[in-house]
Amino acid sequence: MITDIRTPQPTPGRGRAGRPSLEGAHGERLLAGWSRTGAPTELPEHLDRHGPVPSFTAHDGEHPLIEEIARAGLAGRGGAGFPTAKKLRAVAGAKRTDRVVVANGMESEPASAKDKTLLRLAPQLVLDGIVLAADAVGARQAHLCVAPDTGLDQRLRELVAERRALGIDPIEITVRTPPHHYVSSESSALVNWLGGGEAKPTTTPPRTAERGVGGLPTLVDNVETLAHVALIARYGADWFRERGTAESPGTTLVTLTGAVAEPGVYEIEYGTSVHDILELAHPVGDAQAVLVGGYFGTWLPAAEAAALEYSAAGLASAGASSGAGVLAVLPPHACVLAETARILEYLGAQSSRQCGPCLFGLPATAGDFAQVAFGQPDREGTERLERRVELLLGRGACKHPDGAARLAASALRTFAPHVRRHLKWGPCPAAVDARPLLPTPAETIKDGDWR
Amino acid sequence: MKRTARRLVIDRIACTGHGLCAELFPEQLALDDWGYPIQSPGPIAGGDTRHAQRAVAACPALAMRLEAARG
Ligand SMILES: Cc1cc2nc3c(=O)[nH]c(=O)nc-3n(C[C@H](O)[C@H](O)[C@H](O)COP(=O)(O)O)c2cc1C
Ligand code: SF4
Ligand code: SF4
Repeated sequence: MITDIRTPQPTPGRGRAGRPSLEGAHGERLLAGWSRTGAPTELPEHLDRHGPVPSFTAHDGEHPLIEEIARAGLAGRGGAGFPTAKKLRAVAGAKRTDRVVVANGMESEPASAKDKTLLRLAPQLVLDGIVLAADAVGARQAHLCVAPDTGLDQRLRELVAERRALGIDPIEITVRTPPHHYVSSESSALVNWLGGGEAKPTTTPPRTAERGVGGLPTLVDNVETLAHVALIARYGADWFRERGTAESPGTTLVTLTGAVAEPGVYEIEYGTSVHDILELAHPVGDAQAVLVGGYFGTWLPAAEAAALEYSAAGLASAGASSGAGVLAVLPPHACVLAETARILEYLGAQSSRQCGPCLFGLPATAGDFAQVAFGQPDREGTERLERRVELLLGRGACKHPDGAARLAASALRTFAPHVRRHLKWGPCPAAVDARPLLPTPAETIKDGDWR
Repeated sequence: MKRTARRLVIDRIACTGHGLCAELFPEQLALDDWGYPIQSPGPIAGGDTRHAQRAVAACPALAMRLEAARG
């Protein structure tokens, strides 16, 4: 797991009017403080740069912040890229007036480090975003969920207490540590756990916006999304749109990993080419392929990936999406099938085992895939694999099997000639002897591990 | 008067893979290798409604229901 970040060299400096400048040396917004000072941003510096949390006066009709976020075109950074204003509206318009905000900082994606990094380097923006979102939807309860094994919870509790002592936050933010498995961070799973149940996804409908924590309308947003909310609330939609593209406005955090000299978390502007993004981390050698998005993502040949514009539309043109913001570079001596097989085995073991097609279908698909990657040639098994990948789509209560299917299908499609090679000659040398590139933590989840 | 189209919705957590539904509503349901239903997409064709209703009623896990089709 990547825990450290190496954004481009910090350059200390102040912007116009003697205020700390709003952007870092490379246009960073969320990580401007880090970019300028090379240190996590403490509360005084945060207040110095951004001023207090803006308050919104009484309004008729829509909350002005929701309007501003809609104009800004902010899309969720938790994986699905859903318009944030729509989610805010759904909760703000719910029948019950007692509402809840959940900030999702779990970052269960093993190859991703952006949320942990954000919470470490710019936690005040996330805390601002939580109280602002709570104001916008009318919530009096807010939970910030982080994984228990990161050590972040202790620090965040101290920061929350510091803000409380200064009277910054009108509502109480509770820092929570739900069980940490791949699917325990899915929104309905978090909501179920916060309500006293297991951290397993639940059947939708009802959506969490209607019935979430303790049956109350609940907004679940990724922590990076909320940090952008903190900036939009202060500087507005037009400022937000000064970076990025018309359809994917703003900046975003990405985790660059794999065959790069400087793996880590970088803040980039949407619309930058994947080539230019990868250059930030100094790829080593000739890349063979890039995994775009994370373990629910898409494998693309390196050249095709490099030419893409990093934006919703740009990535969609190659059938990919930014997902959890991971770009993983596969070096020349590596086997995409072996990498994929290990990830599928990991995802299979991470199922919450509630839905038959996921409980049985996912491990079986992973097994068939492993046979192609590591086993003896078997055309029948490969045909069965293709059928089983199809059968993972739309057949679970959550999108876990769909994400795995997407990854598997992209490997089979993009590297069809390599699949044929395995089928003809058996596993390629890299499948047998290359060091695993992407992390697939081995873990057996026991029944009691979901509490 | 035109009846509104309906679709079959399966609660995947509730479903225990009895497979009964595929026998009663073969027009839209088949079973996978483990006995869980595979649903063909789209709303229920007018003439199949009775079969769909039968499957919903017979599911021992109460895992299926009919909904107004979207769009
Ligand atoms: C299996 C699974 C795991 C997920 N894990 C995370 C996660 O670790 N962090 C996260 O922010 N969203 C995760 N999501 C997405 C959340 O369900 C939810 O959509 C997101 O937190 C909403 O935030 P956003 O609208 O700000 O993107 C996951 C989804 C699925 C299906
Ligand atoms: S699809 Fe899989 S991970 Fe999602 S709820 Fe069902 S069993 Fe759990
Ligand atoms: S009859 Fe009900 S429980 Fe059985 S397979 Fe069909 S939906 Fe699932």
